[in-house]
Amino acid sequence: MIEDQLYRETLLEIYKNPKNRGEIASPDIEARLDNPLCGDEVRIQLKIQNPKSKIQRAVFSGNGCVISQASASLLAGYLEGKTLDEAKKLKSDDILKIIGINPSPARLGCALLSLNVLKEALFNGVQSKSR
Amino acid sequence: MCNWPPTRLGMSLTTRLFASPPPTRRATNFVYLVYLASRGYNLPPMEKVTTKQKTLLDVQKIRADFPILEREIHGKPLVYLDNAATSQKPRQVIKAISDYYEQYNANVHRGVHKLTEEATQAYEAARKKVANFVNAGDARQIIFTRNATEAINLVAYAWGRKNIKKGDEILLTEMEHHSNLVPWQMLAKEVGAKLKFIPIDQNGELRIKNPELRNYLTPKTKLVAITHVSNVLGTINPVKQIISYIKDYRSNIKILVDGAQAVPHLPVSIQNINPDFYAFTGHKMLGPTGIGVLYAKKELLKEMDPFLTGGDMVLRVDKEKATWNYIPWKFEAGTPNIAGAIGLGAAVDHLSSIGMKNVREHEKELTSYALGALSKVKNLSIYGPRDENKRIGVIPFNIAREKGKVAIDPHDLVSILDLEGVEVRSGRLCAEPLLNRLGAESAARISFQVYNTKDEVDKLTNAIEKAKKIFKLI
Repeated sequence: MIEDQLYRETLLEIYKNPKNRGEIASPDIEARLDNPLCGDEVRIQLKIQNPKSKIQRAVFSGNGCVISQASASLLAGYLEGKTLDEAKKLKSDDILKIIGINPSPARLGCALLSLNVLKEALFNGVQSKSR
Repeated sequence: MCNWPPTRLGMSLTTRLFASPPPTRRATNFVYLVYLASRGYNLPPMEKVTTKQKTLLDVQKIRADFPILEREIHGKPLVYLDNAATSQKPRQVIKAISDYYEQYNANVHRGVHKLTEEATQAYEAARKKVANFVNAGDARQIIFTRNATEAINLVAYAWGRKNIKKGDEILLTEMEHHSNLVPWQMLAKEVGAKLKFIPIDQNGELRIKNPELRNYLTPKTKLVAITHVSNVLGTINPVKQIISYIKDYRSNIKILVDGAQAVPHLPVSIQNINPDFYAFTGHKMLGPTGIGVLYAKKELLKEMDPFLTGGDMVLRVDKEKATWNYIPWKFEAGTPNIAGAIGLGAAVDHLSSIGMKNVREHEKELTSYALGALSKVKNLSIYGPRDENKRIGVIPFNIAREKGKVAIDPHDLVSILDLEGVEVRSGRLCAEPLLNRLGAESAARISFQVYNTKDEVDKLTNAIEKAKKIFKLI
């Protein structure tokens, strides 16, 4: 059953001991969003290495369900070493591939929350340096 | 009910019965009461005479009227525990709606042909049924809206914008649904009024014990808007006492009661509660979506300007101006939700045939059973009053570890419950300030209707145990 994948051991493991969770003291780009339906919240911070606009480090913080938190953790891991242009091209399907599940419509928002945060950061995000 | 006052025959019978010395109180209750009645005393209402019985609701028979309850979810029988969001509909309601569309679909209050006459009669009959159901007194005080939210917005626009001025105060409570909060935030911002909140205590009850309530009222208080029953905690607020206290303090403070969670679960008499405005919705009380109700005092309805304007709410129209239709139609602009009103009428008939006292007794028993069963689940914390007399069958909870830290996010919990066929709400429950007050980001919430059973509560607790196993909490 599709939904059973939601609580696979690996996702639960990531949820309990997430990688890339934390804070960057002076990020280059950051954004935070929450899902008003459930109260999940995710913040993503990026440290950029110029001149190639490479993502040197990506971290997330926040709280919420297994799907939203594990996908944020996996996305942050995926982002490291990518260029901003590559990150900007990420689509919903890419995220679902990265986290390896196909959630029901009701849970899709949880899975895609971190992608939305990333887009927010890349297109409208607070440029911390100019703050 | 018995036939009272007695006929001549009955009178002579009782006179003959009691020609000898009058029976004493020691006589059986019934004989004594008949004697009192024969002497011209009023009989108390029947239900006060009968001894209190456990409900004898035949829930299986009630369930048979709800086609959806035969459904399976992920291969398991549906256990529907999200009634505070919306209730399921009995076939009688569904049939009333399809009968309208199949047999007498026409617009209301227009023309004189047979179909419009039948449609108008059914629409207005539904209004009467609803008025009787909540003991509103006069059906003209029942305005059909889309839902409780629209009913409250109607008051905020048509009454609020005319009567609430800069510096005035609107008193709310910490347990309001967004529908009885955001319209007042908008109004307050627009006119420069101030919002105040009656806080709740750790049991999830309003802090209104004397003299606390007095402290929230000032000479600037114009409106008190308060929920009858909390959609998150299930708490039943003593609205009648609150209203009488406030009216004693100053009779021109207007009071709106949000009855969206009360009318589906409790016997409600609006005339007894005596609010200025009372709002509720059809879809939580076995009726269809898209139909809600606003009750208001007559003098207010007369004084208020219309909310929405257009067709049906006018008497005469010329190029420059219009005069308003009589109440309640003055507040029902455009073609109304005719099928919805007829469906709500059928829902009211259905609830009345079960009896709201029986509905309440059954749900109370179920709530008490669920509170017991859930408190036996390790790591589970329940919010709201522990006493089933103080709450309806709405129970929010979280699976928490030490110090209330949530161990399974409610969203994950209800996803796993869903796999077991158990449909439960999770999230911020449309009452974000209240959840913040409880120190929770979000919660899972079960809520009952008359068709729920103890067996379904057991299925819920089994499913919760399964979720704990997946999350390695056992």
